[in-house]
Amino acid sequence: MQSETDVLVVGGGVTGTAIARELSRYRLDVVLVEKAPDVCTGTSKANTALIHAGFNADPEKQKGRLNVRGNELYHERIQHELDVPIEWRGALVVATDESERPKLEELLEKGQRNGVDGLEILEREALLEKEPHLSDDAVAALWAPTAGIVNPFELTVGFANNAVENGASVELEAEVTDITETDDGFTVETAKGEIDAEIVINAAGLYSDEVSAMVGIDDFEITPRRGEYYLYDKQFEIDIDTTIFPVPTEVTKGIVVTPTDENNLLIGPNAQEIDDKRDKATTRQGLDKVLEGAKKTVPDLTKQDVIKEFAGLRPAIKETGDFRIQIEEEVPGFINAAGIQSPGLASAPATAELVVDLVEELTGDLEEDPTFDPNYSGPPKVRHMSHKERAALIEEDPRYGQIICRCETVTEGEIRDAINQPVPAQTVNAIKRRVRPGAGRCQGGFCGPRVIEILSEELDVPMTEIKLEEEGSELLTDEIKQPLLEKSREGSEVNADD
Amino acid sequence: MTETITITCIRCPVGCDIDLEVEDGEILSMEGAGCIQGEDYAREEYRNPTRVLPTTVRVKGGVLPYVPVKTAEPIPKGELEAAVEELATVEVEAPIELGDVIVEDIRGTGVAIVATRDLPAAEEEPVAAD
Amino acid sequence: MTESRQAVTGDLDAMRREEHDLVVVGGGPAGLGAAQAAYDEGVDDIVILERDFELGGILQQCVHPGFGLEYFEEELTGPEYAQQFIENVAERGVDIRLDTMVLEVTHDRTVYAVNDEDGVTEIDAEKVILAMGCRERTRDALDIPGSRPAGIFTAGTAQRLINMEGKLPGEKAVILGSGDVGLIMARHMHLEGAEVEAVLEIMPYTGGITRNVVQCLEDFDIPLRTQQTITEIHGNDRVEGVTVQEVDEDFEPIPGTEYEIECDTILLSVGLIPENELSIDAGVELHSVTGGPIVDETRETNVEDIYACGNVLHVHDVVDWVTEESMIAGRSAARSLQDRVETREEPIEIESTEKLRYVVPDRISTVDPDREEIPLYMRVHAPMEEVFVTLSSGGEQLARTFERRAEPGEMITLNVDSETLAELPEPRLELDVVQREEA
Repeated sequence: MQSETDVLVVGGGVTGTAIARELSRYRLDVVLVEKAPDVCTGTSKANTALIHAGFNADPEKQKGRLNVRGNELYHERIQHELDVPIEWRGALVVATDESERPKLEELLEKGQRNGVDGLEILEREALLEKEPHLSDDAVAALWAPTAGIVNPFELTVGFANNAVENGASVELEAEVTDITETDDGFTVETAKGEIDAEIVINAAGLYSDEVSAMVGIDDFEITPRRGEYYLYDKQFEIDIDTTIFPVPTEVTKGIVVTPTDENNLLIGPNAQEIDDKRDKATTRQGLDKVLEGAKKTVPDLTKQDVIKEFAGLRPAIKETGDFRIQIEEEVPGFINAAGIQSPGLASAPATAELVVDLVEELTGDLEEDPTFDPNYSGPPKVRHMSHKERAALIEEDPRYGQIICRCETVTEGEIRDAINQPVPAQTVNAIKRRVRPGAGRCQGGFCGPRVIEILSEELDVPMTEIKLEEEGSELLTDEIKQPLLEKSREGSEVNADD
Repeated sequence: MTETITITCIRCPVGCDIDLEVEDGEILSMEGAGCIQGEDYAREEYRNPTRVLPTTVRVKGGVLPYVPVKTAEPIPKGELEAAVEELATVEVEAPIELGDVIVEDIRGTGVAIVATRDLPAAEEEPVAAD
Repeated sequence: MTESRQAVTGDLDAMRREEHDLVVVGGGPAGLGAAQAAYDEGVDDIVILERDFELGGILQQCVHPGFGLEYFEEELTGPEYAQQFIENVAERGVDIRLDTMVLEVTHDRTVYAVNDEDGVTEIDAEKVILAMGCRERTRDALDIPGSRPAGIFTAGTAQRLINMEGKLPGEKAVILGSGDVGLIMARHMHLEGAEVEAVLEIMPYTGGITRNVVQCLEDFDIPLRTQQTITEIHGNDRVEGVTVQEVDEDFEPIPGTEYEIECDTILLSVGLIPENELSIDAGVELHSVTGGPIVDETRETNVEDIYACGNVLHVHDVVDWVTEESMIAGRSAARSLQDRVETREEPIEIESTEKLRYVVPDRISTVDPDREEIPLYMRVHAPMEEVFVTLSSGGEQLARTFERRAEPGEMITLNVDSETLAELPEPRLELDVVQREEA
């Protein structure tokens, strides 16, 4: 790891990687450090994957302003630059009772004030035509065509890889353990060694309060707020085209029903404050609430055809309920990008833009790097190709002819590409995030052993060292026969002592 | 001393529970068997329970790292664990054919360990001729 | 016979194009049996498309004995059973493509297959036999809450890891589900030096055969706990334990019965699901209970000239039945190719009592002079003792079979002979299950 940099970004979630990429646009030395073996392993990997339109954004709050600007940036730039699935499916806020109608009018006005384009109220008939599976109780809905869905894994990986292509470095398994102020910046201690940085940007998500406290800024606390989800099989018979929200109440935003970029239906999240930042366990109660809540707008949903249940943690600052993106005046050179809960994903490009402005404020002037290339492409998505396109590709590179994951038809070529990206996939989940083996209905039953084998080959380590995600998540414990050999060796030692 | 032992018959799907009254290794009486075969099974299972052992043995240079094997005949049940331990030390070389004897006499039972499939050698890079 | 392997390659269109009489999707026991029977019936332009590096399917990882008692009248291990059929198709010169995945089967029988040597091949097939087998139900299909650590495997994946890759998935395991694969994996894990803490079964009875309970669990003092299930999984990175609860008659966990088991591995043996993704895309109609295609007695689906057999059709308990069924499919496809069967003007619908979970086939729609009898396969819903399974039509009993003990896990076969079918009072067959004393 290099020992000096201009800017150090702590945290490889969507916010940190978006910041690193935006900084790589300038003549700056940028290092991003991430504690896990991959980017996108915290809040960014388990959320609703929405680019909110911004009709419900509060312009008084940072998160409200960044949501609206973020949505613009996805439309104007990100979707064209990064090879990442983004679809403008639009969102509906569905009133299932006449008493909810005033709330729709209120959201419409608020959205128009926020500058959100294309908002309109749809009446029952038009609504059911758009989404035939909606509840019979649906009376009207707010339609927001600029809302989108994005693949959060590919987005984060795309930001990170593009940053590296433009000269930034991403250091994985480099947890920050301490930060000391020096005359001209900071010395940051990480699991991979010390690094001196003039500017430190804290985008450590759930742990941003702890990182901030390392420089003495401890006036905020991150409360993990758990949200649980059900994900359905692609072949699930209920086809939903847009993102469906119930009308929000004072108490809850309600359960969202939305397609993902791969056309799996996703429902969730509930919201529960918990203590443990590592506790991503789902609960019976929580999951039942999610299904019950989703049925408010789409009553035909059942647990049938669920292929995955999961929980994500949102890093909320309870006191303000807002993001905290600012230069900490008491510690010049330290920028917090903390408390990034929802709509953090929708805001990410705008957050990055704002943080760069803050860096410019600190450094005086930022010089653009003329070699910066905003365009990034990942491995070919063979599953989306026509038979003819696929045939032509395999003729050039036969690795794309060998299918490893049957459910998602992922090829060996794509898996090896993922391992050899600028930010390499080194775990089974890292590969799944990038190219999807194991993301289908069998959840890795068939391809799991093959993926482990390919990782072991490419990384040149034994299969028993291959991890699912973080340290300690090794998938296989031993070569067979080894416990038996040890047993018989122990046995003979005992005999020798006799 | 007389004691009662229950043996579940596995000769057919009915799975009769057969109660044996035994004393000093002798069967005094038997109850619960639905057929003669069941009685035979219970007698054998009481006197000398035997099992076919299926497992795998390490292979060098094969298309797979292990070859499935089994005991050619059932062996005493009490020998199963010791037999797999002994087999853990065995390594054979590909190619292997179904029925090949891997170990001639496992644990002194007089029973051979045989391969249960063909296992071709992995294709290697051609070696330059001398 | 049509000419095979008419390869067309070029820069603009790299896709190969071929025509074949019969394309078999899947080279496990079902695909092998179907191909062999079709060949023996006189079809020699047959291609088997297999996604693995060798033929034999799941049998290759089932190294334990218990196969072949019906078909070979001798007890074989899975690989031994497979090898017989692999040799048979090789001798017959069947065209075998390994490492080849079928991407799509269209309703007009164009099959798209891919591998790294030929790229994409478009095959125009006269007949297609679907023999893709099944996959295992996962943790998520069971809806078990908790964390998502490493160490949760389906029993079949663990079986492949141990028997084919030579890797141990864990050292201390709890097995959920007492189906045969779960029981067999309990023994295997134990013999490989791992500890098996318990096998849990939500039903009041085991899902496996008695022999496996005795030889895989009792032999090694591994406890089988019925009417219990895992209600939560613990551990952030690797499994650290599970919460187990007793369940009531509706399979709902009983509050207050919770206890924890420490373990680093969970093996799931909780059911198999036919792999019908290709079938659905081809327009094949599926059965709501079996999850496999609705077929007639030749195993032809609602899509003309597309057949299905083996575990893709319904999950079988014994491979011998897969072989028997796949031979029906292979033979029927061949006879149909040779115009040896006639379609009935009105198919005979097969209906069954609620006591039966399902019956295959769903209808009888052909007349085949070479066929003496038609076997009907069925399963009961719950264990029953001393029953007759009866077949009648228009109130007239045509056949019956006695079952001393009928279990959901064991398929019941009832044969109907062709003569009987020729003189039915009405084009309907009714299956019922009655107690012996009532009959």
